[in-house]
Amino acid sequence: MNMKLSFRLALIMLVIPCSLLVTFTHYPAIQAMINSFWNNGSSRRPSRFVGTDNYLTLIEDDRLMQVLFNSTIYAIGTIPLAIGLAIGMALLVNSRLPGTALMRLSFFMPTMLPMIAVANIWLFFYAPGIGLASQILEIFGLPSINFLGRTDTSLASMMFVAVWKEAGLFMIFYLAALQAVPTNLKDAARLEGASSGRVFLDIVLPLLRPTTIFVAVNALINAFRLVDHVIVMTEGGPNNSSSLLLYYIYEVTFRQRDFAYGATLTVLMVFTLGLLAIAQFWLLNRKAHYQ
Amino acid sequence: MKQGLDRILFSTLAIVLAAIWALPFAYSVWTAFHEEKYSANFQLSAPWTLENFIVAWQAAPFSLYFANTIILITIVLIANLVLCTLVAYAFVRYKFRWAGFLFAFIMVQLLISPEILIVENYLTLSRVGLTDTIIGIALPYLTSAFGIFLLRQTFLTVPKSLDEAAQIEGASTWRILWNVYVPLSWPVYLAYSLVSVSFHWNNFLWPLIITNSPEVRPLTVGLSVFATVDSGVEWSLVNAATLMTTAPLIIAFIIFQRQFVANFMRAGIK
Repeated sequence: MNMKLSFRLALIMLVIPCSLLVTFTHYPAIQAMINSFWNNGSSRRPSRFVGTDNYLTLIEDDRLMQVLFNSTIYAIGTIPLAIGLAIGMALLVNSRLPGTALMRLSFFMPTMLPMIAVANIWLFFYAPGIGLASQILEIFGLPSINFLGRTDTSLASMMFVAVWKEAGLFMIFYLAALQAVPTNLKDAARLEGASSGRVFLDIVLPLLRPTTIFVAVNALINAFRLVDHVIVMTEGGPNNSSSLLLYYIYEVTFRQRDFAYGATLTVLMVFTLGLLAIAQFWLLNRKAHYQ
Repeated sequence: MKQGLDRILFSTLAIVLAAIWALPFAYSVWTAFHEEKYSANFQLSAPWTLENFIVAWQAAPFSLYFANTIILITIVLIANLVLCTLVAYAFVRYKFRWAGFLFAFIMVQLLISPEILIVENYLTLSRVGLTDTIIGIALPYLTSAFGIFLLRQTFLTVPKSLDEAAQIEGASTWRILWNVYVPLSWPVYLAYSLVSVSFHWNNFLWPLIITNSPEVRPLTVGLSVFATVDSGVEWSLVNAATLMTTAPLIIAFIIFQRQFVANFMRAGIK
């Protein structure tokens, strides 16, 4: 349908909805860029232009370096693991084993829960002495570990929580993809004497590739934007060992009230996401040529 | 013979994985339904009780939090459905300059979601005096790029001949939207509504920042205030409150499991 859009219709259909979107997406992104060149004002002293001062602080910020390192480990650690588990879960749920409905419920349940509820559940699970993690260690005669209170285990504990919550959602997408795999392809391979392992590797897995790309993009965005569990479980601690970039932005801006530096960190975040998006588009295009 | 062995191996793996996955949640449920003294020692004979739920419900204004969350998700859902429909309709049905650019411009929100921009959005809302209001929580989410994308893809599948036939009959722009496009996209509206409701029921960071007083706090923020363990709240109460605030979603999921999964899939594929 290629009708001309009248001014009145454009106003109702595009301008009003899009102005809301621009106010809370594009405007703040640009505003953050502007504010990152100014310092914090107070009631007595208005904020003034400071050039690249905030960016110099950013480069020399040791805590930020730790946070970026944590975020990288977090993304690299959780995304492939969640995707691998999701494929495994989808295969199990899609099989003709008894009890698949219960399995699906068990895998998908964490996805339904708010991250804050998940955080509470795991806070209890990890609680030294009283939590199930400690009790399981005790059964094997091992000393109880304060998972969230140690610098060497806190980030890994958060990653585990993230995988637990996300894998079930990704499973759903793989389940849809698996059900779309033509059975005659699999039957033909089996007739030729291919083992079920080969059928999976050579037929099913290549057909899952578009799903994997879709899921990976979503997982990456989620790895950056979901920090509710950090707020509830560790507050980035101990000693910043579990702090992620968005959590750091939250802490700097709303605990330390440093809005200028918060804006600078926001710019860093937007650029990081932008670069990752470009990298992914590039990968996507390459994959498309390949097919 | 080998086939049978494979099957047993596969089943065992399935049971183990499903059990591990269910364990943290099951442990939380068990604690919520038992007295505090059993939360550390697991005994099958321990008596079940609803006491924790009653105490937790009375210890914080959860009914108020429930009301706030329901108001919030209603505002966001209605705005999402109406606004995303309008934008998608314009993209599918009309030709205008910069359409491709505008679409890409909108899709930026998929990547740079409102959570990333908390700093500046907070400043914007405090400038117009909308912090600590439910409408303030809702504002950044009223138009959703995901919704626009989903509905545009769906509207594109509506047969042109139906639209043309309606025009010949003299139906107006809005009548065609309401009587042709919307009814044909009904499953997608349902899927999108489910996603939107569960997203906003669960949203935490932005409401945490923008609200101060219990009168406007949604459930997630209320739960986090209640469940700060430093304040010495018992674990059994924390677990009861956690289950209580998520119960409507869990129950809805168990009832609508089949449709829910199917709709999530449909939402994902397109």
